[in-house]
Amino acid sequence: MRGPNDVGGLEAGPVDPSTHELAFWEKQIDGLRGVIGAKRIVISHENRRTIEQLGHDVYERLSYYERWTASLQRQMVDKGILTQDEIDARVAQVRARLAATGELELSHEEEAKCR
Amino acid sequence: MSQHHHDHDHHHDHEHAHDHAHGHEHSPTQPDDKVHSYYQILGVALKELLIEKGVVTADEVRAAIEARDMITPAHGAKVVARAWVDPAFRERLMSNANVAVAELGFPMNTTELVALENTDDVHNVVVCTLCSCYPRELLGLPPSWYKSRDYRARIVREPREVLAEFGTSVSDSMELRVHDSTADLRYLVVPQRPTGAESLSEDELAALVTRDAMIGVATVRV
Repeated sequence: MRGPNDVGGLEAGPVDPSTHELAFWEKQIDGLRGVIGAKRIVISHENRRTIEQLGHDVYERLSYYERWTASLQRQMVDKGILTQDEIDARVAQVRARLAATGELELSHEEEAKCR
Repeated sequence: MSQHHHDHDHHHDHEHAHDHAHGHEHSPTQPDDKVHSYYQILGVALKELLIEKGVVTADEVRAAIEARDMITPAHGAKVVARAWVDPAFRERLMSNANVAVAELGFPMNTTELVALENTDDVHNVVVCTLCSCYPRELLGLPPSWYKSRDYRARIVREPREVLAEFGTSVSDSMELRVHDSTADLRYLVVPQRPTGAESLSEDELAALVTRDAMIGVATVRV
């Protein structure tokens, strides 16, 4: 059975050739992943495996760097470097901080992802 | 576009306007300038925790981002232009690309590199159907379309049609080779040197070589 990433040869639409610079947060994840990879804490094959294991629903719903972030979370918990509880607590803190500065206003869709 | 410091300032408007212009999907009912996805928040949380635990430092992450920003397709273009003007270098590039690009100061980190030469009879194009593997050391970060499902799905099935969408015509009489990258093996297309460029210097030639030509979705024109 095809994994969610295994799209070669499937039907698809026209290629949108436009490009955009990475957003700040995307660069942060790319850089963080780069350091984690360079230190051999999580090698690229492990990152790839975790992304492939996200499942069709999640894989297709998330953007490229959202997948990387989901993968990093999973790897950090699996390797015992972070616990899910401390990640959840910190996510709540960051959300509260952004809300206090008026920077947080999630759509319903985003709220659903958070639960 | 310059970097926007989301976690300090609040200058997202341009970025999201930019996204919309390129059809990236945000629900139209969302306020454009105040959306942080759950994963953006998660990313901030992970970075903070990993720094506090000493797994990474802020300086290391910053240095990694700066190093990435320094790599542009101009690196790959230098490799191509050198191959055009220096037959011995071209020979080395085709037989052992890792050695050749390291000579020019652009060593591949951990992956094998293979150079693919376009000729009158053969056109090469590169994809990573499974994800986004790309010769980052030579071309920088892959463009969005290279990572898109549409490109990855179709370039192996109907490459001539996809190339036509990029404005590149490859006649039926030419052999069109599609190369699927892996985590361990990356490709650099060496486009054909354009006619009419005989008098140009190596640097002038390099300036003609685009990222898209080195992926194989375009050709080099004077």
